[in-house]
Amino acid sequence: MKMSMLDRTLLLATGLLAAYQIVVGINDLSTAPIIAYTIAFGVLLVAGLLLIILGFDVLDAPVVVIVSTVIPLALSLGLVWEHLSAFRTPYLIFAILGFLAVVLTRTIPMQNKLPTVAIAVVHGIAGLTIFLLPIVIAVQGAARPAFALVGLGGALIGLGGLLLSFLKAGRPILSRETIFRVLPGLLLLMTICFVAGFKYG
Amino acid sequence: MSALVNKIRLYWPLIKSTQTGLLLATGIAGYLSAGTPIGLPTLLGVSLTLFLAISGSTILNMWYDHDIDAKMKRTHKRPAAAGILSRVEVFWVGMVISILGVGGALLIAPLYGAVVFAGWFFDVVVYTLWLKRRTCWSIVWGGISGAMPILSGRALATGQIDLVGILLALAILFWIPTHTLTFSIKFREDYANAGVPTFPSTYGETFTRATIAISSALAAVAIGWASVLIGVSAGYLRLIAVLTAGLLLLAFATFRVQSERVNFGLFKYASLYMLSSMIILAMKAF
Repeated sequence: MKMSMLDRTLLLATGLLAAYQIVVGINDLSTAPIIAYTIAFGVLLVAGLLLIILGFDVLDAPVVVIVSTVIPLALSLGLVWEHLSAFRTPYLIFAILGFLAVVLTRTIPMQNKLPTVAIAVVHGIAGLTIFLLPIVIAVQGAARPAFALVGLGGALIGLGGLLLSFLKAGRPILSRETIFRVLPGLLLLMTICFVAGFKYG
Repeated sequence: MSALVNKIRLYWPLIKSTQTGLLLATGIAGYLSAGTPIGLPTLLGVSLTLFLAISGSTILNMWYDHDIDAKMKRTHKRPAAAGILSRVEVFWVGMVISILGVGGALLIAPLYGAVVFAGWFFDVVVYTLWLKRRTCWSIVWGGISGAMPILSGRALATGQIDLVGILLALAILFWIPTHTLTFSIKFREDYANAGVPTFPSTYGETFTRATIAISSALAAVAIGWASVLIGVSAGYLRLIAVLTAGLLLLAFATFRVQSERVNFGLFKYASLYMLSSMIILAMKAF
């Protein structure tokens, strides 16, 4: 499917917002969250640029499943490290093992359901963490209400991940054309939520 | 007035505006990277003289290569190749613009002028007149020539050729093969028809792709090292690291996946990477 000028503009805006977040949005945090958020927004930025350069066909590459796991894992790790200090080490171990599980099940050919299970578990836990943790923190008053926007961003990234995962699994929820039509706008909206949530939360 | 506008419209395709613009951006970034107080007249002088010197050498390249340009599908519509402008006219336009550019640069500062002249000399004499039709290694000299604008800008600001300037020049030198070798793969038949030796025709595609990947990695190392020495802020260093990681992954993919599409993706990403790096380095001045 050919990419329109509007799609390119939306993706460029996504990339610029991600770049802004990398440069100034996470400056005051400690080292571990800075690394985690840099990885998450970095993948978003590079992915946006590659989409602009290579078009939607790049989403057909097998490596997309692995790369798209990095964003929620890194974002959720940053959030847990900042706000759930008791769970830092266990979540770090989960993130590393989860990523390795996705990489291994996607690179070694296997007939069973293990690749799908690995993706579902990793995306499910990381996605729920990004969705719920900021909302809980905002409701408890530990952060300003705007921090809940990060949770909204988490819901949107989960939606995008679901649409792409089912498409790649051959059981699309929406048609390929519809998914590609909404994807640039979804990515931009998600990034706006993240950037605004971190800035004003 | 309309005659002049028509002439400029005819001359404009002679200067390869995108390539000239990108090289000009490297020169300005080199100047601003020093973080010295910005003198607006100097900045305008740098922009004008570099634009003229780069454009002049490009026009002289088109003048000399009109015969091989005419044999290649990609370039046969260029004004000198297509006969839209006479060779003599193209030569004199190139010479006058070159003299104005290099002469102006020498007036601004002798060291700056010397580096600008070196760039012009390497491009016109060493690359175009001497080596381009003889060896595929001519691209190294084309690369050295392309590295001179950023070195000249830096030299003007600091008054010397320093390590950062050399690293920035190396970054451009290693970035240029990503550009030229990708073209030589994509338009292999064109170059063969014109009898221009290229890496793919001399060493094969696998070696060429490996060269592209390695030179991209070296360009990234040089930019990263220069950025640290310049004292770019932690936030911008993170951004450079992210963009570099993307470049290295694409370079690796180019080597692993023998695909023209991935190759062209690297070519475009590398240009975007270089432009972004230049903007980040220029931020040092503000």
